[in-house]
Formats: sequence, C-alpha cells, structure tokens
Amino acid sequence: MKTIVAVLTVLTVIIGFWYAACLPMNIKGVLTEAERAGVEVVPVGAKERRDMGEMGLVLNNSFAIQATWSQDRPRLPAPHQVAVELWKTTGAMVLKGKTMSKRSLFYHAWVTLSATLLGFAIGTGLGILLAVGIVHSKVMDMSVMPWAIVSQTIPIIALAPMIIVVLYSVGVQGILPKAIISAYLSFFPVVVGMVKGLRSPDSMQLDLLRTYSASLSQGFWKLRLPASMPYLFTSLKIGIAASLVGAIVGELPTGAVAGLGARLLGGSYYGQTVQIWSALFAAAILAACLVALLGVIERIVLKRMGIGA
Amino acid sequence: MLMVGLAALIWCGGWWLNTRLANGPQADTRLVQLLVPVIFGVTLLLVWQLLVKGLQVPLVILPAPSDIAVAFAGNLSKLRDDFLQTFVKGALRGYVIGCSAAFLMAIVMDRSDFLRRGLLPVGNFVAALPIVGTAPILVMWFGFDWHSKAAVVVVMVFFPVLVNTVAGLRETSAMQRDLMQTYAASYWQSFFKLRLPAALPFVFNGLKISTTLALVGAIVAEFFGSPTVGMGFRISTSVGKLSLDMVWAEIVVAALAGSMFYGTVAMVEKSLTFWHPSQRR
Repeated sequence: MKTIVAVLTVLTVIIGFWYAACLPMNIKGVLTEAERAGVEVVPVGAKERRDMGEMGLVLNNSFAIQATWSQDRPRLPAPHQVAVELWKTTGAMVLKGKTMSKRSLFYHAWVTLSATLLGFAIGTGLGILLAVGIVHSKVMDMSVMPWAIVSQTIPIIALAPMIIVVLYSVGVQGILPKAIISAYLSFFPVVVGMVKGLRSPDSMQLDLLRTYSASLSQGFWKLRLPASMPYLFTSLKIGIAASLVGAIVGELPTGAVAGLGARLLGGSYYGQTVQIWSALFAAAILAACLVALLGVIERIVLKRMGIGA
Repeated sequence: MLMVGLAALIWCGGWWLNTRLANGPQADTRLVQLLVPVIFGVTLLLVWQLLVKGLQVPLVILPAPSDIAVAFAGNLSKLRDDFLQTFVKGALRGYVIGCSAAFLMAIVMDRSDFLRRGLLPVGNFVAALPIVGTAPILVMWFGFDWHSKAAVVVVMVFFPVLVNTVAGLRETSAMQRDLMQTYAASYWQSFFKLRLPAALPFVFNGLKISTTLALVGAIVAEFFGSPTVGMGFRISTSVGKLSLDMVWAEIVVAALAGSMFYGTVAMVEKSLTFWHPSQRR
C-alpha cells in the first residue's frame, strides 16, 4: 500500500515536470505561430526572441501557456496529446472496426511483435542447445565460452543494417532479417544464464545421482534441467526485452513502412513528434507486457515445481 | 574446391587439437586455458577466409578476413575520426554524465525511504524498456552533432546504474550497521567506510552493463542523423554503397572499443573490490 502511494506520487511528479517542461521547450514555436496569426507578442520578431531565455518569454507572454500544451507539432508534446494520439491509433481504431488498418498501432505493434517472437524463439532455442553442449563438453566450454562472453561487450546492433542488406541481396526479406537480429540479441543472455543454471546443482546432488547409477541424460532431465529453471527465466526476461529492441532497430535502416521502428523513423523524418512519442510508449507498453507475461509463466512453472514462493 | 577441403581439414585439426588440450593433463593450467579459445578463434578465421575465397562468395554478402584487414589498414585515419566522434565525444561523455547522475540520484534515493519505494519500481520498469527509441527525439532536440549522441547514452546508462547502485547500498547487514553505530560513526562516515565499499560490486555490475549500452546508444543515434563522420554514419552509408569490407572494418573498431572499454572498467573493479569473494582465486 505504501509502495503504491509512493509510486503514484512519483508518477504525478514526473507528469507535472513534463507539463512544466513543455513551457520552455515549445514557447518559441508557439510565439512565432501567434505572431503570424496577428497576436501581439513581446518582444516582436523571431530574431529578437531567439537569444532570450525561454522562461522570460513565458513570463512575458502568459497568454501562450495554454498553447504550448496543444501545438500541432511541438518539440515536446504534452502527456495528454500523447495519450490522445495513443487512443486514436489503438482504442478508437478498434471501435471503428479497423483494428488492423495501417494507421492503427496494433498493426505496427504486431509487425514488430511477430519478428520479436520469432527471433526470440530462434535465439532461446539455439542458446539452450549451445548451453547444453557447453555444460557437457569440456572442449566446447573452453573454446566457445570466452568468445561468448567477449561478444557481449560488442555493440551487436551495429551489425543490424548489414544483416538486413546482406539477407536482402540473397533474396531473404520480410520478417526473417529482423528476427535474426532479435535472435542474435537474445541468444547470449540465454547461453550465459543457462550455463550458470545447468551448473547450479552442487557436487553432492550430482554424486547422489551417480550412486543411483543414473545415465547422463537422466541426470540432465531429472536434475540439471529443473535446477536451471530460475536462471532460465531470469535470462529469458532480459532476452525478450533485447529481442524487442533488436526488432525495432532492425526496422530502422531499411526504411521499413510497417512496425514500431518504422513509426519512429517516419515520425523523425516528418517532424511528427506526437507520432514518435506514441510509438515509443507503444513499444514501452509492449515490452512491459512481454516481461510481465514471462513473469507470470515463471511463477506458474516454479510453483508447480515447488520452487516458487 | 581445394580450399573448401582445406577448410574442413583445418577445422577438424583445430578441433582435434583443442580436444587433446582440453582433456589432457595440462587442462587446468593458465596457458592452456588461454590457448584453447585462441586456437578456436584462429581456426574460425582461417575457415572463414578459405570458404569465402574457395566458394567465391561475392563481397556484398561476406568479405573475407583479408579483405576486411585491407579495408581496415587502408582507412586508418577515417576510422580514427569515426572512433573519436562516436566513442570519445559521444559515448564516453554520455557514459560519464549518465553514470555520475545515476550514482548521485541513488545516494539521494537511499536516504529517503519514500523516494526509494516510489522510484525503484519506476526505474526497474524503465530499465527494461527499449530506450533506444528515444534516439529520434533527442536527435531532434540536441542537433546532429555529438551532443544528441551523448544525451541518448545518458538516458540509456542511467537506469541500469541507478537500479544496481540502490540495490548495492542496501547490501550491508543490520549487524554491520549496528557495529558502525556503536563506533558512533556519522552518516557519511558509515557511508564511505561501510556502505559504499559494500555497494561497489553492484555498482560495477551496472557500470559494466552500461559500457555496451553506451556504444549501442551512440551508434544507433547516428542512424537518425549525424555529421558526416561517426561509426553509425559510416556503417549506414557504407551499407548503402555495398562496400561491406568497410562496414566490417567499422565493426572491428566497435568490437575493439567495446571490449577495451569493458576491460578497463573490469580492471578498475578488480583493483577496488579485491576483497569480494568473486575476485578471490
């Protein structure tokens, strides 16, 4: 209860700051527009105003305060503008029965989400396989693991434009190139987490299985795999967030026309700030939902295994 | 065909050598532990080179390591300018600003229970978000030069460092805090002598995660607009010109910068948290 009150207070303060920040960010644009429309502005002329402090301008022209929160293409859109845009491109579309229209964020979110999920599935699948190999083979452990760790320090996203162009030139396009970037980003967190998890049973437990004369695969299915579950879910949560980032970044360099990344890029080309912000929030909500979904699955699985609290 | 056969032979040879080394009696010595990944890496490079040349893969799909090395050596001054613009000006400045801001914020949050309760869930939430998405907005606000890249980096590194530092500052046990109390230590004395050192492993965890994020942020921000220099700019224009050897050379620079940045932070960590169990040998 105390936490909820605290979080709500913090959120209120943030939104308050946001509204306040709109004043200095947008005032110059608003005053220029007002002057063109024939309203009296102090001081006259955009040139005089350019070097003035923003707060001074706000105080001199208090009539413009309202307008800074309702500009058409503001530098910083006010929270309600973003909320309205989000509603217009999601809820209102559903009510009109055009859920999958190209103007709807559901459509764009789905384009990104499908690449994310495909990539996530590929990445975690390969990651788990590699982790199993690393745990069971000393050669693989010694030769691959250091490289896997080093590769974490490399900004893999830099590869994104190249992967897309290369795959395009061999005739692969559509969802797969983005999915490959997603897979690449979610691959390593899963490998590292899974190796840690598969190694987590201590020598006492491994010895016990040996006294039962359990085979290697029995040891894997009955001890190592169940023991790795908490680690797996922790890295899955990191992996899915990384996958989403990968899918969004994968849409940037190709000039894709659909997807949340394309909305960001389009918005930045045409100065549609409200569109950028709403795409950003849509991506944030999507990421939060995905992580929360994994959290729920984690709780159910761990509970059925008797580990969860 | 000869080269492909040779590649297969080298692959088997390298693997056989590594198997012998890893399962041999010397497997736990430092030398072998270093040697095995190096052999693996070299084998991979050789196989890549031979396969690309042997199968005559066109340059636009995958350049051979030798092509990349030539592009790297031929464009040293260009690559250095890109490195200075993106890494030193953009990523490093943003990293320093973002990490110090997050660190100070974490100290403030730690002093007030209310702030911690309110901000920590928000911080955790934001840390999992695709923050790269703020890049177009920040480029719009701060212009095309390094300022906008540094701003993206600040936003990207802020939350991981914040969340980790706050967790670290709560790491001391009640017993240890009571001991400081019996010494009549002031808040700042117990902060510098007990809680800050105890928090350092966590802080460095955040700092290490942030090294990669800083580079990613600076590079991706350049996709949204940049001066005619910079690693992200070079990558996107070289892809457009289909000169993939240049792209790969730039990726080599990014990889070197990323691992060296990480390595430096890890070395500082080692010298400051030598007492921690994870650092003991």
